[in-house]
Amino acid sequence: MAMTEHRVSYTLDSSLETIDSAEEKATKIATEIGFSDDEIMQISMAVREAAVNAVLHGNAYAPDKKVTLAFEQTGSELIITIRDQGRGMDLGKIPDPLAPENLLKTSGRGIFLMRSFMDVVEIRPTQSGTELKLIKRVHGPTAGGKEASQ
Amino acid sequence: MSMKVAVRQVDGVTIVDCSGRITLGEGSVVLRDTVRDLLSKGNKKIILNLAEVNYIDSSGIGELVSAFTTTKNQGGELKLLSLTKKVNDLLQITKLYTVFDVKDDEASAVKAFK
Repeated sequence: MAMTEHRVSYTLDSSLETIDSAEEKATKIATEIGFSDDEIMQISMAVREAAVNAVLHGNAYAPDKKVTLAFEQTGSELIITIRDQGRGMDLGKIPDPLAPENLLKTSGRGIFLMRSFMDVVEIRPTQSGTELKLIKRVHGPTAGGKEASQ
Repeated sequence: MSMKVAVRQVDGVTIVDCSGRITLGEGSVVLRDTVRDLLSKGNKKIILNLAEVNYIDSSGIGELVSAFTTTKNQGGELKLLSLTKKVNDLLQITKLYTVFDVKDDEASAVKAFK
């Protein structure tokens, strides 16, 4: 774990335990910052879904691949970054989970939930995988945020 | 807290009292195995009582959908009972609230099968 005054980061294994751990860390930090109970739930769930993406769809549980998770608090925002070392994500191939033909699909709702719960969701490829950046504004608007993908 | 289930019968309807978290991993597996076991034994009228389920993630939502469609495909029927606010909100934003048959009290849920 590396920590500065406003930033903390973790390097985690590609395991189910990492998903639970990421959620717990998000809950703790969001609580300490003073988000409301609803916002804490939204942040922790968004981080959980991002961790699921990184561990399952990115690194595919590979023991030699890591997930990095960072929380940064600025004056007005909590910025959460999750990176994996997987093959990357083709956003164009992610179907709309609200489309009638997709409602009964058993997967494909993770990114939708992140977008619903956070003010900003950015997804971008890196040289070694995918980076998800989640932003929640302190005392800002709640669910139904904006999204910017690259 | 992982997920726990308790199964009981009321007027020919199987009620699965769920508690804890339905999330990727153990929680989803417990739900999947429970519903499959019930269907394999011919129990095709199923109520999932979610009153004590305080957390569900996208995998858990997927598992509820899977339970619903698996039961339906085998000629059965699955209803949800007593959603917590968190679960209710999630089913609303994912538009699944209208897909599932959601009931607020057990008596009307059981009666709805007849």
